[in-house]
Amino acid sequence: MVHYDSQGFAMSTLQETRPSERVIVPEVQEGFWTRFQRRESSLAWLFLAPGLLILILFIAYPFGYGIYISMTDAFVGFAERNFIWLENYRRLLDDPIFQKTVRNTFVYGVGTVPFKLALGLGLALVLNQKFRFSRLYRAFLLLPWIVPTAISSLAFLMLFNGVMSPISWVLEDWGVIGGSINFLGDPINAIISLCVANIWRGVPFFGISILAGLQAVPDDLNEAAALDGANAWQRFMAVPGPVIRNTPLIATLFSIIWPFADFQLVYVLTKGGPANSTHIFGTYSYQTLGYTDIGTAAAISLYMFPILSVLAVILLRYVRRD
Amino acid sequence: MAMVGSNVRRSRWLSLYLPLTFFMVFLMFPFYWMLIVSLKPNTDLLDTNLNPFLLYSVTLDHYSYLFTDTAFLRYTWNTFVVTVGSTLLALSASIFIGYALGRFRFKGGTFMGALIFLCYLVPPTLLFIPLSQIVADLGLYNTYWSLIFTYPTFLIPFASWLLMGYFRTIAIDLEHAALVDGATRLQAMRHIVLPLAMPGILSAGIFCFTLGWNEFLYALVFMSSGDMKTVPVGVVTDLIRADVYFWGSLMAAGILGSVPVAVAYSFFVDNYISGMTAGATKG
Repeated sequence: MVHYDSQGFAMSTLQETRPSERVIVPEVQEGFWTRFQRRESSLAWLFLAPGLLILILFIAYPFGYGIYISMTDAFVGFAERNFIWLENYRRLLDDPIFQKTVRNTFVYGVGTVPFKLALGLGLALVLNQKFRFSRLYRAFLLLPWIVPTAISSLAFLMLFNGVMSPISWVLEDWGVIGGSINFLGDPINAIISLCVANIWRGVPFFGISILAGLQAVPDDLNEAAALDGANAWQRFMAVPGPVIRNTPLIATLFSIIWPFADFQLVYVLTKGGPANSTHIFGTYSYQTLGYTDIGTAAAISLYMFPILSVLAVILLRYVRRD
Repeated sequence: MAMVGSNVRRSRWLSLYLPLTFFMVFLMFPFYWMLIVSLKPNTDLLDTNLNPFLLYSVTLDHYSYLFTDTAFLRYTWNTFVVTVGSTLLALSASIFIGYALGRFRFKGGTFMGALIFLCYLVPPTLLFIPLSQIVADLGLYNTYWSLIFTYPTFLIPFASWLLMGYFRTIAIDLEHAALVDGATRLQAMRHIVLPLAMPGILSAGIFCFTLGWNEFLYALVFMSSGDMKTVPVGVVTDLIRADVYFWGSLMAAGILGSVPVAVAYSFFVDNYISGMTAGATKG
């Protein structure tokens, strides 16, 4: 940062001040504070400081501390702990629940993307039209994305309930099924149910992202294509298609990242069950912490880091390009 | 002409009203279901002869039970304190970060921008275990401060990027004019840039509010003893019970717990959408 001499004067100010600013600031008697503000880099770091302090104390430090915990055999409530290097990580590779956890996290993220993309595109094309009360509809249709997931999951908890589910009632009434569907008690059904809730929550985000891309397309381009006799689909592929390509891609990357950050949906609906078959990183780590095995729990969480880093680098590239 | 008119009408049905109806049913049904269950007497809820999708009689028992027999109001207050506190803290830090990254050219500026974006991608699920130890070591466990200090870890990266983009849209000439008139950077910022950036700051604030209101994991791990719970955590841990009569009050809590965020964003839905897409495409 900046070095000061004994009088508190900033040294070597001139060489970093840009010529344009030397011109516009009048040369009157200036205090230290005034001159300090003219040095962009000093002021910039001063501005960054409060936020950085919070991020260092509550992200960087716990991150390092977490790596340390994950390399110990620590248990909550026991002072004694041994440093065991990567033993926790190695043991997890052989843990069938952990293997399922990794698989599920990708199933919830990648497996739901085609549905979110298709429904999101449909939603965007609907909302891109002019009709009465369109703003009101748009506000309503965004709700699944706005309300706390823990709370909308409660609705799904009932919709997927073994006894109370209205879905089972209707299907039984129509004679499609003989008895209630065991939505959350069967491993495969539970994963499908979680995917459905996941898609429901993600569609508005995809819809609005794609809508923003569509609205960036100038109207006269569309009109020109229409005059040339293109039908709606040709028009879409020729004009907004290429323009919005990046938006669905970024939304997709976010969708793949979310299950790593997710917790509430699985925690409310299945708690990772039945028989630990629906865990994601967050819930499995939380459950392991509940068994006071904090070293292993930290290792489960930190396994996300390399995967997230790769995804983050890809995401950052596309975001920058935009 | 009549032929053309009916064709247009039919295609409007296919391209607009049909899909719109589908999306309304698909996306709104869980809320509709929560609402009718929260208003339905238990006897109706369990009567298999009635159509479960309709209301035959209305009761507010589930809501009054929530207020009189549970700590729901206390949870709402807790959530409010924590959300407003963390939003204010995060917003004031983010205004400075956003301004510095959006306006100043300095060595390491681009790098810091990328670093802060990466913090946005560090999810609470990755840090909650070591953070729980740190929260305990600082003596913050089960206090409001435990969440007021930790929520900014995901609010600051988000709000900073949003505001950085917003500050860049404000013409720099205005500031230069003020600097020529002898104002210092801070004065120019306070009197020229901040008033113009108010819409951006407001939507960043609303974002922080909804994100804070919706947070679950930190609230569950750092602040969940006795009455010190947030609404999402309190509802999930206290109101889901083992008998069949809890659905009404559970759904009532769901409806009430969604109201603050739904109201907060409905006032600013257009801001929200532009902010969200800024969040989606610019970080």
